[in-house]
Amino acid sequence: MRDKCIAVSAALDQYCKSGQTWMFGGFGRGGVAFTCLEELARRSQQYQNLTIVKNDANEPNLGVGMLLNQGMVRKMIATHIGLNPDAVRMMNEKKIEVEFVPQGIFAERIRIGGSGIPAFLSDIGLGTIVAQGKPTMEFQGKTYLLESALRANVAFLCADVVDRFGNCWFKGSNRNMNVVMSLAADSVIVEAKKIVETGTLEPENIHIPGVVVSAVVQAQPRAHIQEPGGGIA
Amino acid sequence: MSALSLSPQEEIIIRRAAQELKPGMLVNLGIGLPTLIPSVLPQDSGITLHSENGFVGVGAPVVGTPDYPVIDAGGRAVSLLKGAACFDSSFSFALVRGGKLDAAVLGAFEVSLSGDLANWMIPGKLTPGMGGGMELAQKARKVIVLSRHADKSGTPKLVERCSLPLTAPSCVTLLITEFAVFERLEGKMTLVSVHPSTTKEAVLSGFTFSVPSIPELRSWS
Repeated sequence: MRDKCIAVSAALDQYCKSGQTWMFGGFGRGGVAFTCLEELARRSQQYQNLTIVKNDANEPNLGVGMLLNQGMVRKMIATHIGLNPDAVRMMNEKKIEVEFVPQGIFAERIRIGGSGIPAFLSDIGLGTIVAQGKPTMEFQGKTYLLESALRANVAFLCADVVDRFGNCWFKGSNRNMNVVMSLAADSVIVEAKKIVETGTLEPENIHIPGVVVSAVVQAQPRAHIQEPGGGIA
Repeated sequence: MSALSLSPQEEIIIRRAAQELKPGMLVNLGIGLPTLIPSVLPQDSGITLHSENGFVGVGAPVVGTPDYPVIDAGGRAVSLLKGAACFDSSFSFALVRGGKLDAAVLGAFEVSLSGDLANWMIPGKLTPGMGGGMELAQKARKVIVLSRHADKSGTPKLVERCSLPLTAPSCVTLLITEFAVFERLEGKMTLVSVHPSTTKEAVLSGFTFSVPSIPELRSWS
């Protein structure tokens, strides 16, 4: 099977462009592609006007917080940004647009985005401002919101172990949004601290099959200090 | 309880809330006061805790630098109990929407007389986002809300109508404060118990609107 290991810079050169929509796996600090994010933030002049899809905004100058602080982001689609006061401030000052999505609907919109389903019916958020402006539909006598699929140009994932073909394995609570995002982007870049030879992982215990992965990159030790276990907020 | 940096009022609230959780229940604890409940539960409580980011079997917080990447919904490093299981976010919320949660314990900015909950947005001031709160408030079989009885200016958190954007309408089963427990009975938050430090009359006279109560209040514990 093809060896997809390339340098971070080569992966970004190949797949990333200004104005794109990027998805980032992770919940808080867990399962976040910090190495890719650091390299993306270094290219702040090159990548502008981005739409970022991540569960949360990380923390100031950390993870996707770096992209926000570098002024690269136009819009953020997230469920909760409370641990990043800079993001809250930028939203209040209208420097970025934030679309809040209930967390399970966020996951599901991405899941169907990768599953060939354009929209689904949901009752989450009915009777709240989340429902404002959304199409509704009567089905079997009840009113539902019509929730649309979410897709991206590039998804950045962080596994605990990846093989050279891209098969991913996650430890603890790191799977989070990574799994649904793996199908919902045109290109999928996976970083991991541990890259193993293809065939090392048990086929039955693979959380994301390598067939959906475009490139595998080495996570740098410097970035790992940021992962959960470092003690958080 | 020396390990807990809780105010006496907060300790009253979480101890009263812990009484609502029974062995065999699957429960989600929201960020803030609710996540402190495990510190007052016995170790073999038989309650299974769900963490929205993708596991059941939340154990004790991990002090220092853990070697295992497990965090709770608030980003704190926690341990996994024996029998814990990890999954992805989609499964985690399928479980919530699918009605598998016996209870969700959540914080609040406001609870209305009809049991509406507002806990995710103070427009222009504090907008952290709803996270998983809407699914939890709508779909858990029992929604237990923990809150200080009143804000700093003395205005009760139980209001006639919420002024803030809702997390979910008519969802609150129980509201527990340091002075009182309100239960939604026949569609209205109803006083069912008061803490020994106060009286039914004192609690009810603190509202500018009429709050129903049951004729014989239940004992606090």
